[in-house]
Amino acid sequence: MEGLLSLAKMKVQQAEVFSVSSRETTVHFEANQLKQVHSKESAMKVLRVMKDGRIGLAAGNGTGDSAALLDMAIETSQFGIPVDFQFPGLGSYPEVDTFDSQVEKIATEHMIELGRELVSRLTGYSPGLLCDAEIIKSMHTIGIVNSQGCHMSYNKSIFAMGVEGMLVKDTDMLFVGEDESSGCLSAGVDILVERVIRQLDLAARNAAVSTKVLPVVFTPHAIASAFMVPLSSAFNGKLVYEGASALKGKLGKQVFDRKLSLWDDATVEYGVGSRPCDDEGVPSQRISLIDKGVVSHFLYDLHTAALAGTRSTGSGGRGGGGFPKPGPTSLIIGEGDVSLGSMVAGMKEGLVVEHLIGGGQGDALSGDFGGNVLLGYKVENGEMVGRVKDTMVAGNVYRDLREIVLGDEARWVGSSLRTPWIYSPRISVSAKGV
Amino acid sequence: MREQITDALKGHESDYIEIHLEQSQSTGMVYQGNRLEEIGRTSVRGGNVRALVRGSWGFASFDGFAGLREKVALAVMEARLAGGGDAWFSPAEPVMDKVSWSPRKYASSVMLASKKQLLDNYNDIILSSPSIQSSAINYRDVQRTTIFANSEGSYIEQEKPDLSLRITAIASGAGKVRQAGLSLGSRGDFTEIEGLDDQVRNVARRAEALLYAPQLKGGEYTVILDPVLAGVFTHEAFGHLSESDFVYQNKELRQLMALGRRFGDKGLNIVDDATIPELRGSYKYDDEGTPGARTYLIHEGILVGRLHSRETASRMSEAPTGNARAINYLFPPIVRMTNTFIEPGGSSFADMLSEIKEGVYVKDWYGGMTSLEMFTFSSGEAYMIRNGKVEELLSSLVLTGNVFTTLANIDAIGDDLEMNQGGGCGKGGQSPLPVSNGSPHIRIQHCLVGGK
Repeated sequence: MEGLLSLAKMKVQQAEVFSVSSRETTVHFEANQLKQVHSKESAMKVLRVMKDGRIGLAAGNGTGDSAALLDMAIETSQFGIPVDFQFPGLGSYPEVDTFDSQVEKIATEHMIELGRELVSRLTGYSPGLLCDAEIIKSMHTIGIVNSQGCHMSYNKSIFAMGVEGMLVKDTDMLFVGEDESSGCLSAGVDILVERVIRQLDLAARNAAVSTKVLPVVFTPHAIASAFMVPLSSAFNGKLVYEGASALKGKLGKQVFDRKLSLWDDATVEYGVGSRPCDDEGVPSQRISLIDKGVVSHFLYDLHTAALAGTRSTGSGGRGGGGFPKPGPTSLIIGEGDVSLGSMVAGMKEGLVVEHLIGGGQGDALSGDFGGNVLLGYKVENGEMVGRVKDTMVAGNVYRDLREIVLGDEARWVGSSLRTPWIYSPRISVSAKGV
Repeated sequence: MREQITDALKGHESDYIEIHLEQSQSTGMVYQGNRLEEIGRTSVRGGNVRALVRGSWGFASFDGFAGLREKVALAVMEARLAGGGDAWFSPAEPVMDKVSWSPRKYASSVMLASKKQLLDNYNDIILSSPSIQSSAINYRDVQRTTIFANSEGSYIEQEKPDLSLRITAIASGAGKVRQAGLSLGSRGDFTEIEGLDDQVRNVARRAEALLYAPQLKGGEYTVILDPVLAGVFTHEAFGHLSESDFVYQNKELRQLMALGRRFGDKGLNIVDDATIPELRGSYKYDDEGTPGARTYLIHEGILVGRLHSRETASRMSEAPTGNARAINYLFPPIVRMTNTFIEPGGSSFADMLSEIKEGVYVKDWYGGMTSLEMFTFSSGEAYMIRNGKVEELLSSLVLTGNVFTTLANIDAIGDDLEMNQGGGCGKGGQSPLPVSNGSPHIRIQHCLVGGK
C-alpha cells in the first residue's frame, strides 16, 4: 500500500490507497440439509488520484502490478470530475469495538452444529417446513493511507445467522424468516428460533382484509423494507445538494412526528456498520438525522461536503471498492413508550406487516413506499387473527410518518437498522378479490 | 496455465472437482446531474474451486491464479466436513473448446474519450429539458475471459463481454420529484447504445409529465402490458419458478410445478434461450460446461420444461439445460435464466385495446421482485384506458399477484415480440447477472394494482 502511494506521489498532486482484504466462511443449509461449506478470500485495492485538479480511480485485487494501476488511474483522471478538497491527514479516531476474536476462532464444525440446531428445532416445531439457513463468519482488514498523512488500519469481524422457512400447501405458500448479524459472536440460536416460531403461530390461520385505508403496525423488518430506502436517499447529502432529495431546504424544519428521532451511529459497539473512521479516513461520529421530528443533518463524504460548502460527516462508504458515496452505517430509530400488545389492542381493524417484498420499488425520491405483504397479520378487535394474502400496502414517508406511535422495544434488523415497531393510523391497503 | 490446472485436479479423494479462473477488465462511468462523478477502471484476476465429496459441496474462492493445488485440497476438505449430503451430478461428456466472441464494435476497445462524448451528449439532452432537475447515468463495460476445467476432463475457455447502460431523468415541480428511466445492455457491442437521442429525449419528457400525473385508485383492473414490462413479468413471475433449485427439494412445489400441468391459455408459449447470438443472456457453455440451449418452459399453455444445472437435473431425473451460472469467480454457479420470453401470438395491440371499457396500459420497467408464488413489479409509465382508448398518464404503479392465477388470466397475446436487454437479474446474492427478457403486448384480466 505504502509502495503504491509513494509511486503515485511522484506523478500526481494527491493520492489515496484504500484497501480491504476479507476472509469469509459460510455453512449453507438447503431444504433442511447441510449443502455446502464455502470459503472466500478476497482483496481489493483502490487507488484515487488528484491530478491537475481532477480525480481519477483504478481498482484491482492486488494481482496486477502497481505501475499499471497508477497508469489506469491517471488515464481516467483526464476526464474525472474537477475537485477542490484535500484528503484528510491523520485524525483522532474514536475507540470503536469492531473486532471480536471469538468470531475468528469459531470452528467450522461449530458453525455446522449451530445450523443443524436451528433447522432441527424449527422443523421439529413445524414438520413440513423447509429451511434454508446460513451461518457466516467473516474477518476484514481495512486500510486507508493518503498523501496527506493519514495511515489508518483496523480489523473487523462479522458473525451472521439467518434462516428462511417455506411451508407449501397446494398453491398456498407461507414464508417465514429471521436473521441476525453482529460484530461479535452470537450467544446461540434461541432468539432466531423464538421469532420464527412466533411467525409460524401467527400465520397458522388465514384472514382476509378488504381494499381500504387501515391502521398498520410495521415491524422492524417491514420498516427496513418500506421506509429505509426513501429515508436513506432523502438524507444523502449528494441528493440534497442536487435538489433531488425532498428534504432539500428542510433543515431545521418539523417534517415528521415529534416522537420520531433517527440517527446514524458508526460508533455503536459491534455494529455491523461500525468503524473508527469512514472509507476516506474521516473519524466516525454519531449523527442526528431527525431530532424529535425535525430534520437535523444530512450525510456527507469529502467530495459532496466540499460541493455543499460543509464538512464531511464521516459518511463516505465504498461498499468494498470504487468511489466513496455518502451513506448510513447503523441507522437507529429511538424507542417510544407503547408496547406492541397495546398497539394491537387499540385497533378495531388493522394490519401488522412483518415482511414486505418490492418495498423499494416505488419512487423513493418522492418518499413513496409500497409492496406486497409477504407475511402480515390481520387485526380484529385488538387481536391478531390470522395471516393475510394477496395484499399490498402503499404510502409515503412524508405523509405517513407525520403521525405515528413508536413501540417501547427496539431491535436490530438486517445489519444496519435498529428500530422499534411503528404504528401509522392511515395506510392504504389493497387486497385482491374481497 | 492449462497444464497447471489439469495437474491441480489430479489425485484428490473426491467425486467431482471443477476449477473456474477468470480475468476481467471493466470501465465504469457514473453521471449525476451535469457532472461525470465517477470514472474508474478495474482489473481483476481470480478463481474458485468446487468439490463434491459424498454428496456435499466444498467451495473456495481466491485472488490470483497461484497455488491451485492447495485451493483444490481446501475445497475437498470443506466438502468432506459438510459430508453426507445427497447432491449428485448428472453425467456429461467432457468438452474441450475455445469460444471467442466478436461484437461489431467492442466496447472495451472504444477510447475513453469517445465513451464520454456519447454519454455527455445524452446527459445534455436530458438536462436541457425544461422541468428537469437532475439526471443519472450508469455505464459499465466488462471484458471477461474465463477458463473452466473439471475432473472429467473438460477444458473450456470463453470470452464473455458485457455492457450495461441506465439513464435516469429526474424532474421536479408542483412540489414533487419524479423520475423516468431507460435501461439497455449488450454482449459488449457499443453500437447498441449509440444513436439514442430520441429515446433519451423521450425519457426526459416522461419524467416531466409524471409530475402532473394523478395516482390510480388501487384495486383490480384489466391491464395491458407493453413488451418491456411483459418481459419483466415473464422473468419475475414465471421464470424464477422454472429454476429447478427452487423446486427440486420441495415435494409440494414439485407437485405444483408438475410437467403437463396447464398454466395458461393455448396461445401461451414461454421460452428460455441461451443460443440467440446477439442477446445479452447468451453463451455457448454455462459455468458447469453444459452447452447453452433453447428450452420451452410453457408450450401451448402447458408446463413442459424447466431450467437445470447438472445437480438439479440429476435430482429430478431430467436432462441438464445449461443454466448453471455464476456472476463471477467469488460465487458458485446456481440455476439462472438466460433470455426468457413469451412467443408472439395473433392479437394486434389495437384489438386488445378496443375491447377494454376501463383498464390500465402499463409500460416500461422500473423494478420487479418475486417470492415464488407472489410477484410484484412496477411500471415506468402507466395510462388509463377508457372505452378502448389510451387516455391520461398515471403516476407510477406497482402491480402484484399470484403467478398461477395471473398466467391463467392472460387473455390476449400480441404479434409484436420485442426483447429488453437492460438491467440484470439478482438471486442468492449474485447480482446483476446479464439476462434479457421479452414479450409481445399481453392483456391480463383482474390484475391487482396498488394505488391510493
